[in-house]
Amino acid sequence: MGKITPFIEMTNIDKSFSGNQVLKQVHFAVEHGEIHALMGENGAGKSTLVKVLTGIHQKDAGVVKVNGKETTFTNPKEAEEKGIIVIHQELNIIPHLTVSQNMFLGKELTYGKTGIMNMVAMKKQTIESLKRLGVTNIHPDETAGNLSVGKQQMIEIARALATNAELIVMDEPTAALTDREIESLFKVVDSLKKQGVSIIYISHRMEEIFKICDRITILRDGQYIGTENIADTSFEAIVKMMVGRELGQRFPERQHQIGEVIFEVENLERKGLFKNISFDVKEGEVLGVAGLMGAGRSEVMEVIFGFHRKDSGTIKLNGENVSIKHPRDAVKMGIGFITEDRKAKGLVLEASIRENIALTNLKTVSNNGVISNSKENKMVMDLIERLQVRATGGEQDVKSLSGGNQQKVVIAKWLGIEPKVLILDEPTRGVDIGAKKEIYTIMNELTKNGVGIIMVSSELPEVLGVSDRIMVMHEGEITAFLNRDEANQENVMTAATGGSKS
Amino acid sequence: MKQFLTRNMAKIGPLIGLIVIMVILGVLSDNFFTLSNIFNLLRQVSVNALIAFGMTFVILTAGIDLSVGSLLALGSALTAGLLTSGMDPLLAVFIGLLIGLALGAINGIIITKGKVAPFIATLATMTIFRGVTLVYTDGKPITGLSDSFTFEMIGKGYVFGIPFPVILMLIIFVILFFILRNTVFGRQVYAVGGNEEASTLSGIKADRVKIWVYSLTGMLSVLAGIIITSRLNSAQPTAGSMYELDAIAAVVIGGTSLAGGRGRIVGTLIGALIIGVIDNGLNLLNVSSFYQQIVKGGVILLAVMLDRRSK
Repeated sequence: MGKITPFIEMTNIDKSFSGNQVLKQVHFAVEHGEIHALMGENGAGKSTLVKVLTGIHQKDAGVVKVNGKETTFTNPKEAEEKGIIVIHQELNIIPHLTVSQNMFLGKELTYGKTGIMNMVAMKKQTIESLKRLGVTNIHPDETAGNLSVGKQQMIEIARALATNAELIVMDEPTAALTDREIESLFKVVDSLKKQGVSIIYISHRMEEIFKICDRITILRDGQYIGTENIADTSFEAIVKMMVGRELGQRFPERQHQIGEVIFEVENLERKGLFKNISFDVKEGEVLGVAGLMGAGRSEVMEVIFGFHRKDSGTIKLNGENVSIKHPRDAVKMGIGFITEDRKAKGLVLEASIRENIALTNLKTVSNNGVISNSKENKMVMDLIERLQVRATGGEQDVKSLSGGNQQKVVIAKWLGIEPKVLILDEPTRGVDIGAKKEIYTIMNELTKNGVGIIMVSSELPEVLGVSDRIMVMHEGEITAFLNRDEANQENVMTAATGGSKS
Repeated sequence: MKQFLTRNMAKIGPLIGLIVIMVILGVLSDNFFTLSNIFNLLRQVSVNALIAFGMTFVILTAGIDLSVGSLLALGSALTAGLLTSGMDPLLAVFIGLLIGLALGAINGIIITKGKVAPFIATLATMTIFRGVTLVYTDGKPITGLSDSFTFEMIGKGYVFGIPFPVILMLIIFVILFFILRNTVFGRQVYAVGGNEEASTLSGIKADRVKIWVYSLTGMLSVLAGIIITSRLNSAQPTAGSMYELDAIAAVVIGGTSLAGGRGRIVGTLIGALIIGVIDNGLNLLNVSSFYQQIVKGGVILLAVMLDRRSK
C-alpha cells in the first residue's frame, strides 16, 4: 500500500501536430484535493496537455490513468462523465439566458420524459449549488449577461460541481476579475479543496500561484521540466525553470533622464464615468496608473485618445492646448495607445503582421495615397526585428501568434509613429514572463529617448516595479499620487479602494 | 503542387469553376464559343459586374447594399430627365454619376451617423429610391432621350470591335483593383471590415471610409443604369429590380467574406462572369428561365460551400 493513487496520472505523453512535436514525454499527476499549478510560457504545451487529458486531442504515446486505471477519453463529454471539467478563460455562459437556464443548459430537468421543463426544481438546485460555493447573492432568475464576470464564473463552477466534478481545470481564471472577485474565487477554490475536489490552475500570475497552490508543474517547449512543492520553491526558481535561464531581475534596470512636462490633462470629465482628472507626464517618465477594475482608468485613456468624447477638461501637449476629437488627431500629434483588449481593439486578427503594423503608419509608407511596397516592407521588417517578434515573417496572420508576440505587434505599430507620448493599457496581460521582460525593456528604451509613458496596470508588482510615479484611481477619481520611493503595495491598495486621499 | 493547390483553392477555385462551366457549355452548344456570343455575354455581364465591384467594397467593410437596383433606376431616370430637357449628353451623364455618388452617400451617412445596420438602412432606401423613381416618372418609361452619337456609344458602341460597355467595365476594374491593392484607401477598407474598433483606434476615420464606399457603389450603379438606358434609349422606372441579388451573388461566388475584411475584386469579376455564363449558356440551350433560377441558386450554394471547405 503506502502511496495513495493520484486522481490523474499522465506519463510519457507525446503529441505532434502535422510533424511538429508539441508534447515530449510529459509527466503530470494530480492528487485528490490538490490545487496544482500548471505553468509555462505561451506555447509551452499547457493547453495541449489539458486537451489531451480531456479528450479534445488524442495522445500519440504515453499513458493516462484516472484513479489508477488506464483511461483514454475520445471526447470531452467522456471526461466530464468521469468528473473532469474545464472552465475556459472565455466563459461558456449564454448571456441572454437566466442563471438557472445556464446552469442546466443541455441537461434540463423535465417532468418524466415529457420534455416539459421543471423550472421549480432547476431553480431550487441552482440555489443549492451556489450555496455550496458560499455564494448567496446570485438569483436564479437573473439574466446571466447582466452579472459581473466574477459571478458568471461562479455559475460555471457551480455547474461543474452539479455534475459531481472531481477535477476542475481553471484556465487563467482571474484574468478578468476584480481584486474583490479574485478574493471570493480563492475562497471558493479553498472550500472545493476541502471537499476533496482537485484543481488544475493555469495562470501567469506568480503571486496567485504562491497564494493558493500546493504544487506546481512546469513545462517548457513541450517538455516536462519538473514538479515542485510550492512551499519548497521560490519565484526565481520557477522563473528559471520556465525560461531555462536566469532571467535576472524581473524588472530591468532603468537608465533614463526625466525631463520637462510634455503632456498634461486638466479637469477632464466624462459624466458618469470619471471627473476631476488632472495629471501630467514628463519626458522619459513612466506614470503608472493603478486602481481596481472599473475605476475608470481605461475610460480616461480612451477619452484622452479621442475614442470617446469628453464633457469638459483640457489636454496640453508641450504646454499648448490641443483638441483631440478622433484617434486620428492623437496619432497626428504623436500620441500612441496600446489598448487593453488587443484582440478586440488592438489588432485586425484576420490580417497579417505587415498589415497590422502598417495600419497606424499608412501615411509614412505611402506616396500621395499609394502604398509603397518597399517602404512598407522596410518599416515592418525593421520593427519586427527591433521588437524581436517571433514569426515566420511579415505575412504571417497575427491570429496564429502567441499572446506575447501579438502584443509586440501592437507595440510595433505604435512605435512606427515615433510617439512622444505612449499610453499602455495592461501591456502585459496574458503575456508570458519572458515576453513581459522584453516589453519592459522596450519601455525603458523608449523612456531613454524621452518618450513619456502612461501605463495602466492592474498588476501591483508591475506598477510598483516599472513606474516613476503612480497615480491611483478609485471610482472615477484620482485618490493618490505616489513617488516611486514612497509607493508600496499597502498605500497603493488603500488609495485604490478609496481609503484615503493624499 | 498539391500543397499549392490546397493553399490557394480559395483564390483559384472560382476561376476553375468558370473554366469548367465554359467547357461544358462549349461542348453542349456550338454557338457558345462564337465571337458574337462571347461579346454579347460580356456586354450583359458588364452591368452586373459594375454594380458588383461597388458591392465588393461595401461587403469588404462588413456592410451590404440592397438599394443598388433602385438607385440604378432613380439615377437613370434623373439622367434621362436631363437628356430630354436638352442638356449636353456628356454633361448629363456626368451629373447622373454625381447623383449616384450623392445617393450612395445618403446610404453611408444613414449607416454611420444614424447608426442603422446596413441591411436595414439600405432595405429602407431601396424602397424609398424606387418610390421616388415612380413618382418622378409617373410610373412610365422616359423615352426619346437623345440621338447624339456620344450617348448611344455608351450602351451600343464598339471600339476595335469590342462592345464599349465591356471596355468601360475593364477600365473601371483595373482602377478599382489598383485602389484596393495599392492605395491607403484600399487598405483602410480591408481594415475597417476586419476590425472597425481597432481601425478607429489606429487613427482611421472608419465612418468616412464607409461613406465613400457606399458613394462609390451608388456611382457605379448609376453608371450601370446609364449603360442600360443608352442601350434601350429609354429609362424604365422598374429598371434594376433584383439586381442587388446578382451583385451580391457575384461577390460571394468570388470568395469575398460577408463578415468583411477578406476578399478580392478579381473574384468578383469571375463571380459575375460565372453568373453571366450560366444565364447565357442556359439560354443557348433553350432551358426555361424557371429552371435557370434553380441552377443559379445551386451554383451560389456550391461556390460558398466549396469556399468553406477550403478554410
